[in-house]
Amino acid sequence: MPVIEVRDLVKRYRKGKVNAVDGVSFDVEPGQFFALLGPNGAGKSTTVAILTTTLSPTAGTVRICGHDIVREAAAVRRQVGIIFQNPSLDMNLTGEENVRFHAILYHLHPYRPLYRTMPAAYRQQLRELADVVGLGAEVFKPVKRLSGGMRRKLEIIRGLMHHPRVLFLDEPTSGLDTASRRSLWQYISELRRRHDITILLTTHQLNEAEEADEVCILDHGRIVALGTPHQVKAQLVRERLLIDAEDRAALRRRLADLKVPFSEDGAFKVELDERTAYEVVRAIDLPLTLLKTESPTLEEAYLKILEAGDA
Amino acid sequence: MREMNAVAAIAARDLLKFIRDPGRLVAAVVFPFAMIFLLGGTLQLNLGRSVGFNFIGFTFTGFLGMTLFQSTAQGLTSLMDDRQNDFAQELFVSPVSRYSIVFGKILGETMVAVAQVMPMVVFAAILRVPLTPTTIGLLVPVALLSCFMGGAFGLLLLNTMSDARASNQIFNFVFLPQYFLAGLISPINILPWYLEALSLISPMRYVIDLTRGVVFSGSPDYSRVVLTSPATNVAVLALMFAVFIVTGTTLFVRRETNR
Repeated sequence: MPVIEVRDLVKRYRKGKVNAVDGVSFDVEPGQFFALLGPNGAGKSTTVAILTTTLSPTAGTVRICGHDIVREAAAVRRQVGIIFQNPSLDMNLTGEENVRFHAILYHLHPYRPLYRTMPAAYRQQLRELADVVGLGAEVFKPVKRLSGGMRRKLEIIRGLMHHPRVLFLDEPTSGLDTASRRSLWQYISELRRRHDITILLTTHQLNEAEEADEVCILDHGRIVALGTPHQVKAQLVRERLLIDAEDRAALRRRLADLKVPFSEDGAFKVELDERTAYEVVRAIDLPLTLLKTESPTLEEAYLKILEAGDA
Repeated sequence: MREMNAVAAIAARDLLKFIRDPGRLVAAVVFPFAMIFLLGGTLQLNLGRSVGFNFIGFTFTGFLGMTLFQSTAQGLTSLMDDRQNDFAQELFVSPVSRYSIVFGKILGETMVAVAQVMPMVVFAAILRVPLTPTTIGLLVPVALLSCFMGGAFGLLLLNTMSDARASNQIFNFVFLPQYFLAGLISPINILPWYLEALSLISPMRYVIDLTRGVVFSGSPDYSRVVLTSPATNVAVLALMFAVFIVTGTTLFVRRETNR
């Protein structure tokens, strides 16, 4: 049974003239890493807000872990963890106080005014998670004094405290530098491996979605592509062969004779439509100075999809 | 019990924020000093004899009621600040009942308001406002009722605001007139009918009058200072609280999800 079931989801904001989400349907299986992609205003954050029960849908149904998000909102909230697009930490509290506040709101532990009076299970879980994400004793510092990367890690600790079955990551690396972004993804992969949770990611950092089991590209509130990254790429972008030779004129003639589409951009870029790289190289039969195959990226596929949508 | 833990955590967060804000702590001491000692003292010297009652006590009770009521009401707007800082997301995706969130906020802001008026009571005692242990004991439930009333009123106002900036404008528009309509520093025994009508629908009037009813109880000034019996004030406040809290919470919960 899918852990997330979205059927014909529609959202029109009260003052909106068009649907922010317009008839979206998809399933996410348990343990999957599902990426929701799209440009700004595509409807990603609105979809996540509905899936996490902070926004009511205009039409359609959504079930999370078998619970309807409208009628069983409290049950849904117990099953999900969220890393918001905008930091949602209380800057007046320490990192630990933010986590403690969360643990009490999720009914994990009774309220205690001090960390040392919290149950041992809480203290142990906090220490373990702080170590996993590399935050360590920094978790006890005021949030104001933590860097952007540390705050994100703190939000991950908080989001995992109640052992959610689904973790929503809404643009989790926005505002982070490259190093923090990379280390954060390492930690998320590690957590996913350890805790076996389903992840739903929204991002416009396309490289972050390359590892996803399934991607869903939204544009103007509608799904324009859905499938594994390989399927999405294969539908739109072919593999390429990069070659070059001492005798470039001869190489140009051979490629023209073979009737394969190619372009010259420094080296020769050959589009592999129906032939394999091996077949092309064999047919050229010339000494080559460069031979490289180039796989299309998800970003290329994404841009093609959006270009097609705008055309 | 689980919900009570969540309520306690939400309330404790507000108190912690107050304690960690040096600006608010200093204001809690400076404000009553300025209002009771300077304003009350000046009015006592210039008007005390002509009005024929203790003006410092009159000013103290006015500011005490006003602070409890307004501080809690304004504290509720921190739900607006939370939403702008996106902390509200953390609250609203948690499995805590929306009613517990509202109750926790009111309780937290009540604790903050009570902490804020402590220096005021000390100043009043120094300035010989007649505060017996019985009076102070009776002021405790009055303070709680005043704060709950302020919280319910603030919650109702919160639903009319679109952002924190709008909240400042609405507060100036809603609270400033009540200072005069509720008799904060000037007696309102005689008012033209249209101001009397506005005064009667001002929640702050009943909060301040109830406070005066307790502090001036047994004093010869009672009849000149107090407008209505404490029992009537309590009944009106209880009724207003019930209407405001039900309407405010319903609108708030609906607004949070029906955006």
